[in-house]
Amino acid sequence: MNPIIRFQNVTKRFGALTVLDNFNFEVQRGEKVTLIGPSGSGKSTVLRILMTLEPFQDGLLETDGISYHEPNGRGPFKASEKHLHKIRCNVGMVFQSFNLFPHMTVLRNVVEAPVAVLKMKREEAESRATELLRMVGLSDKKDHFPSQLSGGQQQRVAIARALAMRPRVLLFDEPTSALDPQLVGEVLGVIRDLASEHDLTMLLVTHEMRFAREVSDRVCFFDKGRIVEQGEPERFFSNPQQPRTREFLSSILGEQEPIRESISCAR
Amino acid sequence: MMYGYAWDTTTPLTFAISILPILGIGLLVTLKAAAVGYAIALVFGLVLALLRRSKIKIVAWTVAGFTEFVRDTPLLVQLFFLYYVLPDFGIVLPAFMTGALALGLQYSAYTSEVYRGGIDAVPRGQWEAATALNLSRLHTYRNIVVPQMIPRIVPALGNYLVSMLKETPVLSVVTVLDMLGLANMIGERTFEYLVPLSMVGLIFLPMTLICSALIYAVERALPKTGIPLR
Amino acid sequence: MTWTQYLAPLLKGAQVTVMISLASITFGVILAFAAGIARMSSNRFVSGLAFVYIALFRGTPLLVQLFWFYYALPLIGISFDPITTGIMTLSLLTGAFGAEVVRGALLAVPNTQLEAARALNFSKRYTLWHISMPQAIIEMMPPFGNLAIQNLKDTALVSLISIADLTFQAQSMRNITLDSATVYTLTLVGYFIIALCLMLIVRFIEMKLRRGPAFPRGAHT
Repeated sequence: MNPIIRFQNVTKRFGALTVLDNFNFEVQRGEKVTLIGPSGSGKSTVLRILMTLEPFQDGLLETDGISYHEPNGRGPFKASEKHLHKIRCNVGMVFQSFNLFPHMTVLRNVVEAPVAVLKMKREEAESRATELLRMVGLSDKKDHFPSQLSGGQQQRVAIARALAMRPRVLLFDEPTSALDPQLVGEVLGVIRDLASEHDLTMLLVTHEMRFAREVSDRVCFFDKGRIVEQGEPERFFSNPQQPRTREFLSSILGEQEPIRESISCAR
Repeated sequence: MMYGYAWDTTTPLTFAISILPILGIGLLVTLKAAAVGYAIALVFGLVLALLRRSKIKIVAWTVAGFTEFVRDTPLLVQLFFLYYVLPDFGIVLPAFMTGALALGLQYSAYTSEVYRGGIDAVPRGQWEAATALNLSRLHTYRNIVVPQMIPRIVPALGNYLVSMLKETPVLSVVTVLDMLGLANMIGERTFEYLVPLSMVGLIFLPMTLICSALIYAVERALPKTGIPLR
Repeated sequence: MTWTQYLAPLLKGAQVTVMISLASITFGVILAFAAGIARMSSNRFVSGLAFVYIALFRGTPLLVQLFWFYYALPLIGISFDPITTGIMTLSLLTGAFGAEVVRGALLAVPNTQLEAARALNFSKRYTLWHISMPQAIIEMMPPFGNLAIQNLKDTALVSLISIADLTFQAQSMRNITLDSATVYTLTLVGYFIIALCLMLIVRFIEMKLRRGPAFPRGAHT
């Protein structure tokens, strides 16, 4: 079976800084992959490139068989809006800062794109949105505005909003980093359900190691624009091979354990 | 013929070139009016801003009301007021001075708001720290407050200079022979308004564009010493 | 003649002032949106045209523009009546300043909102009108309020092209009575009252826009 995401020798530079250097990466259909690594290691850039929020300079990239280069040879830099539109039909994204539309109710946030972009009938879109909101546990909040919700609730709406577009690939860019510690659990719960219930390809950038271990089929450790080490979560966390990975894991786990304890105390 | 310069109306271009020296004399008047008016606005605006911070409520409120009133009424009517009413009280000024005074008065209402915003933007903690260090009020203003408000107020003050420059032609209404006044006079004598009026516009345009660009450059060059410039 | 007798002609002039001001604010706002959005177009010609318009009207004195339309244009065969000339000039000026307000407010919409819109595959046009504009329009209200006051003050200049507005009436009253202090004080107060009304209208619109929980006060400062 063809991989749903394929990076081939992709190079991404911001000015003089090379963020991804000859990057190669494949994800299989339905696979749940967690990307971890220190900040600035390029893991979020991978998601942003996939979502067409960032162009890249060199290499080949495709999702679901559609190349980010147009057939006429125009690169991802200059691909037409029409072609980018086609690519984005398969990909959805959940942002660190939720990015809900503040002037729309929760329901409108979820309904807007299916109606405007997929040309779905409003009634149909609304019934699907209601269903999705029930799934994320927010059916009672559908007439609220984002400013009236907690961060955890906003992020759950954002997940419902992304799902409403029926993406094949769903990208999570540090979905819990902007949340107060006591709100992280409800969002991770929704993502966990998604990982088990749906035949959906998921790419997740996160610092929640325990969660990564639970939900992912594969964990990739990024450093300086490369994947230094990857593997099944059990083996990856219990027996990391590279010294750089060990160093990173011990630093981040050392930080996280006390936080976990304080949460359980609070409960 | 004006100020010894004859005009040549054979073609629009020769006409434009021949009246250029005359308009140049007007330009000097325009610049002088803006300079005098701006000096008045800078000083009087500061007085208004400080009075508005007065502990005596009546003074603060009166000044607030006066500032609002001046800000919300037309320069032209204020100019007429000064031009016709001041002589009734025995104050007879040349038209140029009355004009510069009107400009200065109107813009002092604007600059006082700029100063006020600048002073208010200095965080409370700075005042408290100055008090804790037992600094005198004058010392606090001069060495703590003013240096911190400068980067905030300079661009705004600059923008008002450009606005004022563009309002100086109003002075031509009370017989001041600035650029517009002279252009109108040439128009009356030659029955040819298009060229002189267009010339005035064409002279103003680069002046204001360059001034705006300069202010933008100054704004970017000023050190933003730790004050949130929002 | 006592000061109460000045009121009738001044009120007549005030009506003209209010009419000219409201008309030119309305047209000016329309122009402001057109030019502000055009300025952000990716089409070089469209944005260049908007740039020239904005620079031309922001960069030259209103009185010069007014005289140019009133005295100079007829010489090349284009002429309008004074009222039209006045409203047209003021609209063009307000539109040029307003265009920068519109552009600034649209640019101030957080980039994350545009990224979210892109991730949901909205077209650029849809993003402008349904995502950016509803958020930007609230931010435009205070500067538009200032522009409205500026516009009102600028209307005084139309008295110089023989429109019988409040300032024009004041001038004729003064010429008849020579009672400068009273006439001009009343006139200034008249403008002040109209300005206060304009401010109230703008506040009211802003309040309407801000009503409801979507934009709690201060959330967007």
